[in-house]
Amino acid sequence: MVHIPILRKGQPYRSVDISRVPHFRTRETLVEISQANAGLIRRDLRDQETGRRALSAFSTDQLIAMCRQAADYFMTATLPVGDAEQTADDYVAQLSATTGMPYVLVRKNMSKISGVMAEMGSVLAGLTRGLPTEIIDRGFGTHEGHAVSFYPRTNSLGVILPSNSPGVHSLWIPSIAMKIPLVLKPGSAEPWSPYRIAQALIKAGVPAEAFSYYPTDHGGSGAILQNCGRGMFFGDSASVGRYASDPRIELHGTGYSKVVIGEDVVDDWEKYLDVMVASITENGGRSCINASGVWTPRHGREIAEALAQRLAKIIPRDVDDDQALLAPFANPDVAGRISAIVDSGLREEGATDVSSNLRGPRLVTHDGGTYLLPTIVHCESPDHPLANREFLFPFASVVEVAQSELPERLGPTLVVTALTEDRELINQLIASPLVDRLNIGPIPTMKIAWDQPHEGNLFEHLYARRAFQRAGA
Amino acid sequence: MSGTAMVDRNWKERLDAHVREVVAWHFSPETGTPFWLDYASRLDWDPRREIQTYEDLDRFGNFQDEWLRGGPVRRWVPKGLAHKPVYVFETGGSTGIPKSRISIDDFRIDYEQFSETLPEEYFPKGADWLMLGPSGPRRLRLAVEHLAQHRGGISFCVDLDPRWVIKLIRMGEMQMMEKYKAHVIDQALTILRAHDSVKCMFATPKLLEALCEKISLKKAGITGVFCGGTEMTPQFHRFAREELMEGAYFAPTYGNTLMGLAVHKPFDPADNYAIIYYPPMPRAVIEVVDPDQPTRVVDYGQTGRVRLTTLTKEFFMPRFLERDEAEREMPCDKYPWDGVRNVRPFSRFATTVVEGVY
Repeated sequence: MVHIPILRKGQPYRSVDISRVPHFRTRETLVEISQANAGLIRRDLRDQETGRRALSAFSTDQLIAMCRQAADYFMTATLPVGDAEQTADDYVAQLSATTGMPYVLVRKNMSKISGVMAEMGSVLAGLTRGLPTEIIDRGFGTHEGHAVSFYPRTNSLGVILPSNSPGVHSLWIPSIAMKIPLVLKPGSAEPWSPYRIAQALIKAGVPAEAFSYYPTDHGGSGAILQNCGRGMFFGDSASVGRYASDPRIELHGTGYSKVVIGEDVVDDWEKYLDVMVASITENGGRSCINASGVWTPRHGREIAEALAQRLAKIIPRDVDDDQALLAPFANPDVAGRISAIVDSGLREEGATDVSSNLRGPRLVTHDGGTYLLPTIVHCESPDHPLANREFLFPFASVVEVAQSELPERLGPTLVVTALTEDRELINQLIASPLVDRLNIGPIPTMKIAWDQPHEGNLFEHLYARRAFQRAGA
Repeated sequence: MSGTAMVDRNWKERLDAHVREVVAWHFSPETGTPFWLDYASRLDWDPRREIQTYEDLDRFGNFQDEWLRGGPVRRWVPKGLAHKPVYVFETGGSTGIPKSRISIDDFRIDYEQFSETLPEEYFPKGADWLMLGPSGPRRLRLAVEHLAQHRGGISFCVDLDPRWVIKLIRMGEMQMMEKYKAHVIDQALTILRAHDSVKCMFATPKLLEALCEKISLKKAGITGVFCGGTEMTPQFHRFAREELMEGAYFAPTYGNTLMGLAVHKPFDPADNYAIIYYPPMPRAVIEVVDPDQPTRVVDYGQTGRVRLTTLTKEFFMPRFLERDEAEREMPCDKYPWDGVRNVRPFSRFATTVVEGVY
C-alpha cells in the first residue's frame, strides 16, 4: 500500500491520523495519506524564514534552470512517493485510479504542468512584464529607464488545492522561481500531483525546505490560509466566499466561463462549432476554464441541437482508451446529486435538455465507473436557473440574450471567448470588470497562454513595488 | 444484552452492591429524588426490590436528555441532601435551553479521586495551577479549582465563554473567533508571566495548542498538563506529547458534567497514541453499545455509541446515550474494568456538532 507522508519543510512525517482513498471503481483503498492536525501546521508555520532563506541562496536564473530540469524529471523520472518509488506511468495510473480521470487526460495535464516548468523563464517574464531576473534577485534596478524596487509580501504561499484537474497546479509552481516557499494542501482525492511536482523540483536541486505538504481537513486549511502571508484557494463558490474580503488570498472558485457570439457573426454560427465543442468538452469538462455557457442573440435552439449532436458522440470509455474524453466521478453519489440539480432546474419552464433524446439517461455506469454524459441545455432567457451554472462534467447552457444586455448579464466570468468583430461589443467586454480573461476571436476558452495569467498575477500577489530612488555615485 | 462493561468479578460484585445502594437512596420516600419518586409512582414495579444488579438498570430504558432541560431543577435534589448547599452546572446551551445537573459534593469527590492518578513528580503538591478552560456555568472551572486546592495549590482562572465562540463560528465570524481565542490566550500569558508558582495547568486541546504557539511550556515552568473538555484525536495526542510538552506530563481526560471524569490509561507506545479512558467505577460506568440496539454492548475493539450510567447519591442517571462514539477497550492492570478508545463525535450526528476553541 502506498503511503503519502506529510512534508514538514521537506521532511517526511507519518501521522497517526490516516485518510484512505479508494480506487474509483473497486472502492478498495488504493493509498493511505497522512493527515496533519491544524496545530501541527500552525506550529510549523511559526518558522517561515528557513524555506525562504534556502530559496534566496539561489539566483532566479538558477531556479529557472532547476524548473526546466524538473520538467523533464516530472515527465520521465522515477521519483519517491513516500517510501515507495513512482514512475511516470505509476503516476498516471494512480492519479486516474483515485480521480477517475482517463490516462489520456492525465497525460495532457502532465504535459501542461511540465510545460510551465520547462518554460519558467517566459512564464516569469510574462508575470513580471519582462523584468530582468537580476532585479528580482537584488530587489532593485533600472527597468525600461525607470528605477524600480520590489519586495516580497510574504515568506510563503499557502495553496489549498482541488481534486478536479491536475492542470491547476501549473498556477502555483512559479512561486518557487520567485523564491517564495510553498505550503500545499492537496485535494483529498488528488495527493499525487503536488507531491510529484515537489519531488521533481527537489531532485532538480530546489531545497526541500521550500516545500511543506499538509494533507488536512478544513481546520488545517484555515490554519494554512491564516498563517501564510499570501494564499491561493481553489474551491466551490460557497467555500471560497468565506475569504472574499481577505486581500491576502487569491480565490479560484467556479469559473462560469462562456463563449459569447456577437450579432455580427451569429448567422455564421456553424463556423464556430469546433471552438464551442472544444471549450465545453476538453479535459472532460472538469476545469473552471471550460465553457459552461454559449450566449447568443439568436439561433439558440439550432446551436444547442448542433452542439448536442456533436457531444452525443462522447461516451464513457475505458481509462486506458486513447479516445476517452469523459471522466467518471470518484464518488458516485456526487454524480447523482449533480444530475438531480440539473433535473430540478429543468422542471422550471423555459429550458430544455436538448441532449436527452440523443443521449438517453444522463447518469450511466461503465466498467464500474459512474459517469454524467454531456448535456446541452437550451435556455430561452438568462434568468433561467440553469442559464449560468457550472458542473464537473461537459455541461453547457445555450442562452438567448440580447447583445444590448451584455456584458452585464454575463455575471462574473473567468474566461470569455468573444466571437465577434463588433468594435463596440469588444470595447464593452474589455472595459468590463466581470470578465477576467478575454479571448477575441475563435480561441477555445481552454487555450492558455502562460505569459497571460488569469485570476490575478502571481508576481503581483507575492511581490509589491515600492517607490525607489538612489543618489548617483 | 450480550454482556456488561466489565470482567473482574470482585468489581462486578462491588458495582452491583453500589447499584442497590444508589437505587435504594434515590427511590426511598425519605431520601429519594423527587424526579425518581415521581417516575416510580407510575411504574408497576418497585425499583428498590427489582433492581439488584447493574444489568437490571436496563429496565429503566434510556435516560432522556430532555429531562435535564428546564426546571424545576430542585426535582433533581435528593431529599436526603436537601439541607446542603446546591450548585447547578450546565452543559451545551449555545442555543435553546441547556441541560443542567445539580451538584453538591460530586465534583469535589470526582476530582479528588482523579487527583490520586496524577504523578506528584509532575503535579507537585503545593504548586499553583492555571485553569485555561471555560468559565461561567460549567463545572470544570470549579472542579479544577478544587483539584488545585485539594493538592495544596491555588488556581488562576481566565474568562472564557464557549457559547459565544460557537455563535461566532455559526455566524462565519472566523476572524472574530481567532481574536477571542487570542484574548483568552493573552489572559493565560499574563498569569504565567506574573506568577512563577504556576507549575500545573488544565487546558482544552485547542487552547493548549494556541498557548504553545506563544510560549514554551518548559520555559514557563509548566511540568504537568491535564487536558480535556473536547474531543482529542490520537494525532493530537502524539503531537502534544512529542512537540508541545517538552518533558511535561500529559494527562488526557474525558469528562462531562453528567458523568464526572474518566482517567486515561497510562501511556504505552503499543497503543499508537490511541486515547484510552476508564470511567470512575463504580460512580459511573461507560459502555460502548450497538447504536441500533443500545442494550447490546459491542465486542472488544468494536465501534459503537457511548452509553453512560451515573451512580452517585447526588445523581442517578441510568443508560444515557452520549453524542459520542468509541471503540470498546479491554480492562487494564490499573483499571480492571472496561474502557473506551478514541472517543469522538457520534458519526451519525457529526455534521451538527460545533466544538469551537473549547
